[in-house]
Amino acid sequence: MNNELDPRGQRFAAVLTSIVIALVLITGSGWLALAQAIVFAITAYDPRRGPYALIFRAVGRPSGEREPAAPVRFAQLVGCAFLNVSALGYLSGTETLGLVAAALGLLAAFLNAAFGLCLGCEAYLAFRRLKMRNAEDVREV
Amino acid sequence: MDPVGMVAVVVVVVAGLTFGLWRRRIDGRLREVGFRGAEPSMGTDVPAGTRANVVDGPSAGQDRGMTESGELLDPALLERLGVGPAPATLLQFSTAFCAPCRAMRRVSAEVAAMLPGVRHVEVDAESHLDEVRALNIWRTPTLLVLDAEGRVVRRATGVPTKPHLIAALAEVLPPAAQS
Repeated sequence: MNNELDPRGQRFAAVLTSIVIALVLITGSGWLALAQAIVFAITAYDPRRGPYALIFRAVGRPSGEREPAAPVRFAQLVGCAFLNVSALGYLSGTETLGLVAAALGLLAAFLNAAFGLCLGCEAYLAFRRLKMRNAEDVREV
Repeated sequence: MDPVGMVAVVVVVVAGLTFGLWRRRIDGRLREVGFRGAEPSMGTDVPAGTRANVVDGPSAGQDRGMTESGELLDPALLERLGVGPAPATLLQFSTAFCAPCRAMRRVSAEVAAMLPGVRHVEVDAESHLDEVRALNIWRTPTLLVLDAEGRVVRRATGVPTKPHLIAALAEVLPPAAQS
């Protein structure tokens, strides 16, 4: 029960996330980026208690369907990392870093909102593959 | 207001739409796997029945080159992945962080239950990274359609539709098993 989520709620959360990150880019606000990073962190810890999930439960209609929570939690962690870098960039005056990190976060959130695509989840296997390959190269040398 | 940021939003949305629509088009398509070195037309034109006869017949070795339409996999590799002998195998690669993997599992299991002779084997890609690399798998879910000899006949990344999957299996299964 606890490791399953409503896909409609996830799409709703992705739409809100996209809007917030777009606002980060438009305003260049490091504090807003930090706020979104905190939202990501809470949702990664407990997707059902994520701020956007709570809003969905208050205003949205549950779909009755269920999807596994693990991919969602992983995606939130990836998003959290990007938005932390973005907040760090904007707040430290390295605006280019803040902008690039927020833009990558927006791309992932937008693909999730518009197509239900999870970029971080898909990159996961590629990432593991490359990591393993590097380890082997070191061993061969 | 940051004008550069606004441009970035537009760029990201356009790039996202392009990528998303492209992915929607290719996702779940059961691509034919061409065997390097063999004429692809030779392999694809051979009806399923002929191919089954070739396997059983005495001239199997002789005719083999003619009917090869996919990549023949190493039996040891298949064993490591838990693929046993079967007229046709749906070999699915999944990861824990993969929402569509569940949809692919459902479609594959339903098709395997419907068609006799079809086995569905799901592999955790993360615990078989060597095999994942050997098979050139980059994202999950990836589905390989194997024939009785362990040849990859078709391959899909993303969830294929049930009718497409059944059609792909009809190419592999001998006529007797299809009834």
